[in-house]
Amino acid sequence: MPGMTAIEKILARNAGVDRMRPGDLAVVRVGCAVLYDNNLIPSNWRRLTKVFDPDRIVVVFDHRVPAKDVITATAHQTGRDFVRQFGIKRFHDVGPNQGICHVLVADHGYAIPGEVLVCGDSHTCSAGVFNCAARGTGSPDMLYAAAKGETWFRVGGTVRYELEGELQDDVSTKDVFLHIADTYGDHATMNVEYGGPALATLSINARRTLSTMSAELSAEFATFEPDDVMLDYVRERNPGLEFEPQYPDADASYADVRTVDLYAIEPQVALPDSVLNNSKPVGAVAGTRIDQAFIGSCANGTLDDLAVAAKVLKGRRVADSVRLIVTPGSQNIYRDALRAGHIETLMDAGAVVTNSTCGACGGGNLGILAPGETCITASTRNFKGRMGSAEARIYMASPATVAASAVEGAIADPREVLARTPGGAAS
Amino acid sequence: MILSGKTWKFGDNINTDLILPGRAQWFTEEEQMACVFEANRPGWIHEIAPGDIIVGGQNFGMGSSRPAARSLRNLKLACLVADSINGLFFRNCVNWGFRALECPGVSAAFEEGDLAAISFDDFTVRNQRTGKTLQAAPVPPSLLATMEAGGVIPLLEKEGLIEEAV
Repeated sequence: MPGMTAIEKILARNAGVDRMRPGDLAVVRVGCAVLYDNNLIPSNWRRLTKVFDPDRIVVVFDHRVPAKDVITATAHQTGRDFVRQFGIKRFHDVGPNQGICHVLVADHGYAIPGEVLVCGDSHTCSAGVFNCAARGTGSPDMLYAAAKGETWFRVGGTVRYELEGELQDDVSTKDVFLHIADTYGDHATMNVEYGGPALATLSINARRTLSTMSAELSAEFATFEPDDVMLDYVRERNPGLEFEPQYPDADASYADVRTVDLYAIEPQVALPDSVLNNSKPVGAVAGTRIDQAFIGSCANGTLDDLAVAAKVLKGRRVADSVRLIVTPGSQNIYRDALRAGHIETLMDAGAVVTNSTCGACGGGNLGILAPGETCITASTRNFKGRMGSAEARIYMASPATVAASAVEGAIADPREVLARTPGGAAS
Repeated sequence: MILSGKTWKFGDNINTDLILPGRAQWFTEEEQMACVFEANRPGWIHEIAPGDIIVGGQNFGMGSSRPAARSLRNLKLACLVADSINGLFFRNCVNWGFRALECPGVSAAFEEGDLAAISFDDFTVRNQRTGKTLQAAPVPPSLLATMEAGGVIPLLEKEGLIEEAV
């Protein structure tokens, strides 16, 4: 009998069985349940009478913070009551520890290798970077998981991505993702597993862009093979904690194994409405005029993303016709970026830097698009109507490409913008 | 259980922003129903009748975790049958109590308006016009039971784990 993939092993372990195979139904214990403000909306929430373990529950307000209206404020109030009711310590209210749930899960080390993490937001696969079975669920799922400490998954086949080579300058894992989504389309009912020699060249932040964006492949789980960089990161945030990372078996059975040469990838841009089979190298759409540019979200609000944006905007100006909105992934990242000088650089260039929130990514509390407008975004989704009007067009690209486009007033190749001396002709 | 109804066809990769736009996420359930498919099929909610059936293509319900399945249930649609259903959307169908089946080839086997007869006993999908019957993927018994019980909310209520709605 062939071996198991990383996700099959994690699910088997948490279901208390020896094997897990595509087609199985996995009923598993939950290591961490993350609730966020959308779960707390009056129409979604029910007051719980018990929780399985208050120390394994995280509560985050991120989609609409600070509260934008009475319903939002009511949801936040419900969350504060819930936190008090059960003495939950991992609570991220509006304030210094505010941030986007997936960013906080990573930065605080809430995702433990070999365990199961569920959250009511679809980009929960983000935590797969920590070799965790992390999946987005719905609001009723979260009530169930919080009460019982248990959930279920249908087990699908696994596609393995073997990453090789090294990224070229000013190309990022966002471009790698867009390349994969363009080449292979959706992975509905399937899992993706990332591994290979290039892993060692990628930071946790860079890997997390890839795992987070895997929600857009419609993947069930996106799981990274463990390595020392990741394990040290988790240990640093959980001193003394014992855990069991799960490596794929050497003879694991994959639905497909695909090699991606990172060196061969150039900046990509997804055309409006979908990232599936819908991207082009930036040169093919360069010159398309834009009204708004956005850098943020659980996929691209890291300190590294802000640093890249600052590098492109240093000494340059956002075009008069463009609104550039930058939203850090957490208030801690915001403070780090402030200390590093990135915020000053971005603001001097004309960007609006907002407090940490999901914000413009989902057309929530800010940065809404009008009919006929065009936006280029480094966030998670470019569905029709996602960021406001259904008559707006949303292109998607890396933070470098978005920043370069904000400078040009039109979609632009960051390598070309960076090759020119700020404020002058080509160097 | 056999459900019979008129079919409405949707294509591949129908996403949850289309079923339930972001701005409607914080609305009441009643208000959310009024927004279903407003961007891609305005007026559709006034054309449908209780018991109608959605026939979808590949990866129906891709996207966010929002309670889009609940809106389809609240519109009194009988069920969804699609070539494939997005994993997150399927779990929301189970947990909000909206019947859903994956049936490869269903999209090609139906024209909009055809009558369908769908069996949740043997998981077959029959086109009443053409007489053609397709085999859908069985739903695991525990998930089907939750789906048919109206989702997990009534189950949690019964176990006293959540309070009644106010």
